[in-house]
Amino acid sequence: MTPERAETLEWLMQRVSAMVLAVCVIVHLTVIVIAVQGGVTSKEIVARVGGSVPWLMFYSVFVIAVALHAPTGLRNILREYTSLGRRQTHWIMAAVCILILVMGFRAVIGLYGLGA
Amino acid sequence: MKTHRNHANYWAFVLHRVSGLALLLFLPAHFYVLALAVEQAATLDMFLSWTEAPLVKLLETGLVILLAAHMTGGLRILAIEFLAWRNWQKSVVAITGGLSLAAGLLFFLNAG
Amino acid sequence: MSNNTLTVEIWRGREEGKFDTFEVPRMASQTVLDIVTYVQRNLDPGLSYRFACWVGVCGSCAMTVNGKPRWTCRTHVDKVADEGVLRIQPLKNLPVIRDLAVDMTEFFEKWTKAKAHFVPTATRHDDFAQVSPSDPKRKEATAGIECINCGVCYSACDTVAWLGDYLGPAALNRAWTLHNDVRDGGQSDRIKAIAGTGGCQACHSHQSCFELCPKHLNPTASIAGLKRATAKAALKGEI
Repeated sequence: MTPERAETLEWLMQRVSAMVLAVCVIVHLTVIVIAVQGGVTSKEIVARVGGSVPWLMFYSVFVIAVALHAPTGLRNILREYTSLGRRQTHWIMAAVCILILVMGFRAVIGLYGLGA
Repeated sequence: MKTHRNHANYWAFVLHRVSGLALLLFLPAHFYVLALAVEQAATLDMFLSWTEAPLVKLLETGLVILLAAHMTGGLRILAIEFLAWRNWQKSVVAITGGLSLAAGLLFFLNAG
Repeated sequence: MSNNTLTVEIWRGREEGKFDTFEVPRMASQTVLDIVTYVQRNLDPGLSYRFACWVGVCGSCAMTVNGKPRWTCRTHVDKVADEGVLRIQPLKNLPVIRDLAVDMTEFFEKWTKAKAHFVPTATRHDDFAQVSPSDPKRKEATAGIECINCGVCYSACDTVAWLGDYLGPAALNRAWTLHNDVRDGGQSDRIKAIAGTGGCQACHSHQSCFELCPKHLNPTASIAGLKRATAKAALKGEI
């Protein structure tokens, strides 16, 4: 793949994941505002998402979209304010993507498993 | 302030960048705390009761505003890039700011 | 400052330098270029600056005026010196040759790099191309065509300041007008030239170019069009 095509597809992936994230964040904010009434407890969280396939799917999409979205933004910041090269920023992007996926799915699958 | 940067769309960019970076830094902590529910429910509940403190509520309100600002600001950017140009840019910036503050207020009042 | 004179601070030197202060008589409808010219002709003949047409056509007199890039020949002092002081500096994001004159080489080299030039396809045997002014593509081209290459947008663009190889608003705006020119034969080369690290994807839509373009062009909107065009080309594997 040419660097021009790779760069353009990276940009497009950030935008497409942003469209998915916009929907996810609206749902997330709504849940937060409803759930925060009367305080949040671990029981409450587990009662909602534990064993629920729709919530499992929703949070899985959410985590994947973040993992695809955030590294490109971070790369832009590094590219513009530091002297890191193309190769180095790509390694950092990959590391951030994997970190979000691992930590995110650990929480999502863990919470799902508690309801089973 | 007299610089080429002092206009609504530039400030919207600054907010988008700062909120994006802040959310990225917050995310590992968020995931870590949620994962506590699996093995250490008591620790999570201790943490959650800590979030009842007024100062923490205020910080959380800040996070809600940052998330809402990054989302609405992102939709603004998508509109610029993927839709036909409209000469209402400054109004859109004002609307995204208003919606973000409203989300924060909604959270804060419900959290109280 | 009295009512009849204006305090003017003018940058002297290159990247390193200092401001010299002058008192310049105020006149009705005075432009910033009038002020600079008064200083050069009456107070300090060593002052270097660049201008040619005086009427907003040639694009050679742009300078930083009270923090913002302006075409000085059409910028009235009344509009920019609201606190009674005028601070005039060379354009940002370009190397200073001396005082208020900058080296525009890099600015024009990026036009070349963006392949922002017309590539003819017709020969002398062909008839004139028929292009309707109401054609949507022609309308896009017409909206961006009146650029005078003054460098105001380039100087106002923080992405240019942050990314040395970013092509900048002017070159990309020109590329967009050519992208919409049905007579042009350089489309695929141009799309490839404006995609990639220093290309249109680097734009963050700060819109300082749109805010300050003296011709009221909208490079941000042009660049958005290029982003869509390059995305299409990338999906199809054309770049």
